Amino acid sequence: MKLSREEVKHLALLVRLGINEEETERFREQLSNILENFQILQQVDTTDVPPTAHAIALENVLREDEPSSSLPVVDVLANAPSQEEGYFMVRAVLE
Amino acid sequence: MDLCQLAIHQAAELLRRREVSSVELTRAVLDRIEKVDSRVRAFVTITEDMALEQAKEADRRISDGTAALLTGIPAAIKDNMCTRGIRTTCSSRMLENFVPPYDATVVERLHAAGMVMVGKTNMDEFAMGSSNEHSAFFPTYNPWDLSRVPGGSSGGSAVSVATDATIYAIGSDTGGSIRQPAGFCSVVGLKPTYGRVSRYGLVAFASSLDQIGPLTKDVTDCALVMNVIAGHDSRDSTSLPYPVPDYTESLVPDLKGVRLGVPKEYFVEGMQPEVAQAIRSATVVLEELGATVDWDVSLPHTRYGLAAYYIIAPSEASANLARYDGVKYGFSVKEAENMWDAMEKTKGNGFGPEVKRRIMLGTYALSAGYYDAYYLKALRVRTLIRREFEEALKTVDALVTPTSPTVPFKIGEKLDDPIQMYLSDVCTLPINIAGVPGISVPAGFADGLPIGMQIIGRPLGEEVLLRVAYAYEQATDWHKRKPPL
Repeated sequence: MKLSREEVKHLALLVRLGINEEETERFREQLSNILENFQILQQVDTTDVPPTAHAIALENVLREDEPSSSLPVVDVLANAPSQEEGYFMVRAVLE
Repeated sequence: MDLCQLAIHQAAELLRRREVSSVELTRAVLDRIEKVDSRVRAFVTITEDMALEQAKEADRRISDGTAALLTGIPAAIKDNMCTRGIRTTCSSRMLENFVPPYDATVVERLHAAGMVMVGKTNMDEFAMGSSNEHSAFFPTYNPWDLSRVPGGSSGGSAVSVATDATIYAIGSDTGGSIRQPAGFCSVVGLKPTYGRVSRYGLVAFASSLDQIGPLTKDVTDCALVMNVIAGHDSRDSTSLPYPVPDYTESLVPDLKGVRLGVPKEYFVEGMQPEVAQAIRSATVVLEELGATVDWDVSLPHTRYGLAAYYIIAPSEASANLARYDGVKYGFSVKEAENMWDAMEKTKGNGFGPEVKRRIMLGTYALSAGYYDAYYLKALRVRTLIRREFEEALKTVDALVTPTSPTVPFKIGEKLDDPIQMYLSDVCTLPINIAGVPGISVPAGFADGLPIGMQIIGRPLGEEVLLRVAYAYEQATDWHKRKPPL
């Protein structure tokens, strides 16, 4: 399972994770090695075995929809890198 | 005896009898932190002023007669649990200055019980790691040998307990992050059944595996903390809606009628002989206490646990960590050409190498063309591992294994070799995959370095684990040894 540099760059782009040339090479090597090791899973016969997403399954967890107060806007915005008039500031999405 | 050396149950008794005040106890713990933390680096944030305020308030409650179970007892909280008004960093540049506007449910419950919080503990960044070397700030050092790792990711919590820099601590465990450092530092660490303790306010790593639990000086303390933190929480829909027993009722000193099993697959290739020997010796003690030990238990899919885990956990992490986009909170790069560039630079500079590696790995396993072969395959193997535990735990009440295949390793030894690092959790991560509870208790030393024994039970079988752990602890004195600091 050898990854190419292009595949590594594509993965980083999918999650918008900035990585430099040196990281690209290191991740190419390490991820290839890890995925190679994980080929072991292909030995397991999982015919008719359903997947488990949660080990201790609870189904249809419902509760009453009761109105209650939210956190104060000023507290929530206190950690915002950029804010204006009670809103988060974001960069232009369309250019 | 210095007050900082007390266990919860001993300190609570002295507080109740008014022989000691919470301010005195807290002062003793803060002095101990002052004395040892520059050498072991267990804390990211020390909340001295707040702790002394809370101690004064605790003393008022004690004299009013309104004290609760943990009133006035100092605690350390892993830095991935939200604490209102106290920064919660996850030992990451990404959250270095993040000050949560609310408390995690666990923190809220501990406050209601009268906790005095002395600080937030160091960890592997976003709980991804097995050595605390992946903290973005500084590594934590093992108090038994400062050239070795304390384990991770709750390494700071384990070290704070082992060095008496707190009376107890809270950690989180996704693949061994409570049990492995507990074993490496010779303290007690419990990962409860998935859903037993609310995850609300725990910074998410892998949501189907993450679980909060106590790190304590002995098993009695573990039961006491569980009595406070366990239970349903409507803010975590995966928390289990079942009643919580009084865990201290499990603390009986014999094991008559208890059936234990030792799964042979847990004595893995490459395991240190002294570790295997310590666990064999421990089973002799367990038999003397009245338990039967079945050596023929087999969990054949154990060998696939590591691969399944390191597909499932990074996959969930890659989704959970997508939220760190530099807009709502956390590190944010503003010098950028456009929105996408800002996001890439924010994540690229805000996350450390192990976090990036896991995001990439998870993204790969979830991406088109690989989803079935990796992610879905891992979830099917997860079913087989879970069923195997179910089967094995029909004929025995609990399983006994080593917590880790080796004693604590050297700092730097595995840092550049992810697979070797991942292997240090080989005995603990199947337990998270199956969602069952596991506890690590001190079970010996090899050349002065701690060895942990793991006890694994059925879902919601914490009482059996505590009983076995308590009886073993009463019959041995490993937990009484203190690191040479």
